[in-house]
Amino acid sequence: MARSTTKDAQALFHSLRSAYSATPTNLKIIDLYVIFAVLTAIIQVGYMAIVGSFPFNSFLSGVLSCVGTAVLAVCLRIQVNKENKEFKDLPPERAFADFVLCNLVLHLVIMNFLG
Amino acid sequence: MAASEDSNQSKIRTAFGGVLAFFILVLIGVLAFSIRLFSVIKYESVIHEFDPYFNYRVTQFLTKNGIYDFWNWFDDRTWYPLGRVIGGTVYPGLTLTAGSIWWILNSLNIPLSVETVCVFTAPIFSANAAWATYLLTKEVKGTGAGLTAAALLAMVPSYISRSVAGSYDNEAVAIFALIFTFYLYIKTLNTGSLFYATLNAIAYFYMVCSWGGYTFIINLIPMHVLLCIVTGRYSSRLYIAYAPLVVLGTLLAALVPVVGFNAVMTSEHFASFLVFIIIHVVALVYYIKGILSPKMFKVAVTLVVSVGLVVCCAVVAVLIALVASSPTKGWSGRSLSLLDPTYASKYIPIIASVSEHQPPTWPSYFMDINVLAFLVPAGIVACFLPLSDASSFVVLYIVTSVYFSGVMVRLMLVLAPAACILSGIALSEAFDVLTRSIKFQLPGLAENSQIDAGDTTSSSVVTQDDAAKTNKNEDTLKERPSRKNRKKEKEHVEKTSIKSQIKKRLLVLPLEASVAAIFLLVLLGAFYVVHCVWAAAEAYSAPSIVLTSHSHDGLHVFDDFREAYAWLRHNTEVDDKVASWWDYGYQTTAMANRTVIVDNNTWNNTHIATVGTAMSSPEKAAWEIFNSLDVKYVLVVFGGLVGYPSDDINKFLWMVRIGGGVFPHIREPDYLRDGQYRVDSQATPTMLNCLMYKLSYFRFVETDGKAFDRVRRTEIGKKHFKLTHFEEVFTTHHWMVRIYKLKPPKNRIRVKTKKSKSKASSTTSSKRSGKRKKNPWQ
Repeated sequence: MARSTTKDAQALFHSLRSAYSATPTNLKIIDLYVIFAVLTAIIQVGYMAIVGSFPFNSFLSGVLSCVGTAVLAVCLRIQVNKENKEFKDLPPERAFADFVLCNLVLHLVIMNFLG
Repeated sequence: MAASEDSNQSKIRTAFGGVLAFFILVLIGVLAFSIRLFSVIKYESVIHEFDPYFNYRVTQFLTKNGIYDFWNWFDDRTWYPLGRVIGGTVYPGLTLTAGSIWWILNSLNIPLSVETVCVFTAPIFSANAAWATYLLTKEVKGTGAGLTAAALLAMVPSYISRSVAGSYDNEAVAIFALIFTFYLYIKTLNTGSLFYATLNAIAYFYMVCSWGGYTFIINLIPMHVLLCIVTGRYSSRLYIAYAPLVVLGTLLAALVPVVGFNAVMTSEHFASFLVFIIIHVVALVYYIKGILSPKMFKVAVTLVVSVGLVVCCAVVAVLIALVASSPTKGWSGRSLSLLDPTYASKYIPIIASVSEHQPPTWPSYFMDINVLAFLVPAGIVACFLPLSDASSFVVLYIVTSVYFSGVMVRLMLVLAPAACILSGIALSEAFDVLTRSIKFQLPGLAENSQIDAGDTTSSSVVTQDDAAKTNKNEDTLKERPSRKNRKKEKEHVEKTSIKSQIKKRLLVLPLEASVAAIFLLVLLGAFYVVHCVWAAAEAYSAPSIVLTSHSHDGLHVFDDFREAYAWLRHNTEVDDKVASWWDYGYQTTAMANRTVIVDNNTWNNTHIATVGTAMSSPEKAAWEIFNSLDVKYVLVVFGGLVGYPSDDINKFLWMVRIGGGVFPHIREPDYLRDGQYRVDSQATPTMLNCLMYKLSYFRFVETDGKAFDRVRRTEIGKKHFKLTHFEEVFTTHHWMVRIYKLKPPKNRIRVKTKKSKSKASSTTSSKRSGKRKKNPWQ
C-alpha cells in the first residue's frame, strides 16, 4: 500500500515536472516572481509571530503588499498564457499595462497606509 | 449584394440605436433629477430631517477649514462634556463629494452656497445611480433591459424616499456607489480585464467612504464567488475579478478612519478572506488539472485530499477559536441584529428605538417598490434562461436583499435597485417576445422578417435598441449567452429558412394575445409611474422640519422647529448647553449653534441613558442631573396642541427603557397602568410627576381650558401644577417646541420644594428619590 503510494507520488512528480518544463520561459519568470512574493509574505508572518504585530498597519501593509503583488502577477500570468483561450484577443502589452496600473494603485495605497 | 445592403442597413440601425439609447439615458437622468424636486417646489430649499443637518454642518466645516482640519476635527459642541472626534467617526464620502462639488463650482465662479449644493447632491446622484443601473443591467441582459431598469430605478419610491432634494444623507451617494461597484465587478467578470478590477476596487473604496452598508458588498461578492465555484462555473475571469478586489479593497477600506483595522479584524469581513483562500486552492487545482493527464490528476486528487483535509480542519479550528474568544463573536450590534432579527430588541434598546430599524410591514413593500414586487419573480425566471455568471449574481443579490429588507425597513433601499434590475429584465424580455410575435405575423412585414427573422425589430423603443445592440455585438468575442443564442438562431434561419419558419411559427404567440399583453404591460407601467409621482409628491417630500396640514380653512404651515432654534441662537449665550432627547441633537448644533448633551450619533449609550433618566425622573432629581451636566436649557417637543404625533411624549417610553437599561431605579412598569401607556387621569403617579410630563404639559390647560391632548385624544391627568426648578422661557407659536431654563440653585427654593414634593408625590416616587444616590452624576 505504502509502496504504491510512493510510486504514485513519484509518477505524479515526474509528470508534473515534464508538464511544467513545457511552459514558456516568460511564464516561468512570472512563477518565480510569484513564489518570491509569497515567500516574503510568509517570512513576514513568521516575523510577526515571533516579535509581535505592534505597528499593525506596517505589518498589514507589508504582508498585503506581498500578497497583492503575488495575486496581480498571477492575474498577469493568466492573461498572457497562450493556452488560455479566454484571453486570446487580449494582447500581452495591454495585459502588462493593466498589471502596471494595478500595481501602481496598490503601492500608492500601501505607501499611504504604511504610516 | 443583398448581404452588403443588409449589413449597411444594420450599421445605420446600430448607429441610430446608439444615439437613441444615449438620448433615452439623458432623459432618464433628467427624470431622476426632476422627480426629486417636489420638496423644493412644495416647501423650500432646505435640508431635511435629522442626520442631514449633521452632514450639512460637517460640510460647512470642510469648506471653511479645509480637508486637513476636517480629519483632525474634534467637536466639543456635542456630547458635552465628552465631545466627539468627527474626523475619525464619520463616513466621509458624502461630505467630501459635496465639498468637492462646491469647490469645483466656486473655482468656476459659480457662487452657490454650501446649503444649495447639499440640497441638490442627492438628486444628482440618483441620476448617476440610474445610469449605473443601466450599465449593470446591460452587462447582465443587454441594452433593452438596461434602459428599462434605469427608467424604473429613476423613480422607484423606496429610493426617492432617501434622495429627495434636501435629504442630504449617506444613502444618497451610497446607492450609486453600491450599484456602480456591482457593475464593475460584473464587468470584470465578463471581460477578465485587470483594468476594470482596479476600477472596481476604487469604486468599492468610494462605497466604504460613504456608507456602513459596504459590508453588504464585501459579503455578497464572496457569496457569489463561492456559488460560482460550487456550481462548477470557476473561470480565470472569476479569479481576476475577485482576488485583486479583496487585497486592494481591504487596504483601501483600512484607509478610511472610521473603518480602520476593522477591515481585517471584524467578522463581517472574514467571509471575504475565507473565500480568498478557497479561490486560490480552486485556482491551483484547475491549473494542475490543465497540465496533467486525467489519470495522473486522479492520483494527485487522492493524494492531496487526504493531506488537505487535515490542514483545513486545523485552520478552521483555529479560526473558530479566535472568533469565539471575543464576546460578541466579533460582530457589531447592527450586523448581529441583521442575522438575528430579535437581537436588538433583546439587548440594545437604542438600536431598536429607531423607527427605521424596525421590520417593515407588508403595505410598505407595496408602497416602496409597487408593481416591481410582482415583476421580480418573472425577472428571476428570465435570469435562469441562460444562466450566466452575471445573471446568477443578480439572482443572489435579490435573494439576500429581500431577506435584509425583511429585517430592517431602511434596508428596503438595498432591495430597490435589485428589484428594478430584475423587473427591467422581465419587462424587456416580455416586450421582446411579444413584439417579435406581432412583427412576425403582420403581413406587411412578412418579407422583411424572412431576411432577418432572428432579429428583433420593434414597435417599442426598448426592443429596438436591443436589436441594434445585438447586431453591433455580433463580431465581438465576449458575448453573453443570450446573444449567442440569438445569433445561433439567426444562422439557423439562414441555413434552413423554411424549416425554421415553421418552427418559429410554433413559438410565436397569437397576434391578439400579444397585442393585449403589450397593452396590459403598458398599463402596468403607467400605474407604476402614477404611483411613483404620487409618492414623490405627497408621501416622501415633507422636510419634517417644516410641517403643513390641510384643513377646512386652508393650508397651515408649522415652522415651529426653526422658530425655536432661532430663538436659542439669538437669546442664549454661545456656550450654553441645551439638553433634549437625542433626536434633536444634530438640529440643535447645526441650526442653533449651541452645545448639546446627546445627539443622533448614538455612540455612548450611558450618556443617552443619563438624559433619559433625567427626563423620566421627578423634577428635583432631574434638575440635579442636568445641573451636574452644566445644562442651562431643556428643550422638549410637544405635539398635543396641534396633533403632531412624533413628539417626546410618544417617544417617552424609549427614554424610560434606555434610561432603565443603565440606571435600574427607572423601571418601565412604573410608567404603565396595567401595561397601558396613558397620560390621562388613569396614569400612574410616577408618570404624572416625571419631568417630561411636566415640561410638556406645563400651562397646557390655559390653551383651551380642558387640556385636551390631540395626539393621545384624551384629557391629561394633571392639569394645574407649578414648576419649581425650571422656568419656561420660550414656547413656539403652535407649542411644538418648548424651551425651559434651569433655575439657579437657591437654598430657600430647595426647602420649599421638599414641602411641595411631599404633598404632591406618592410614596413610590419618594422612594425613587431616596435611591437617587446611586446616580453617578450627582
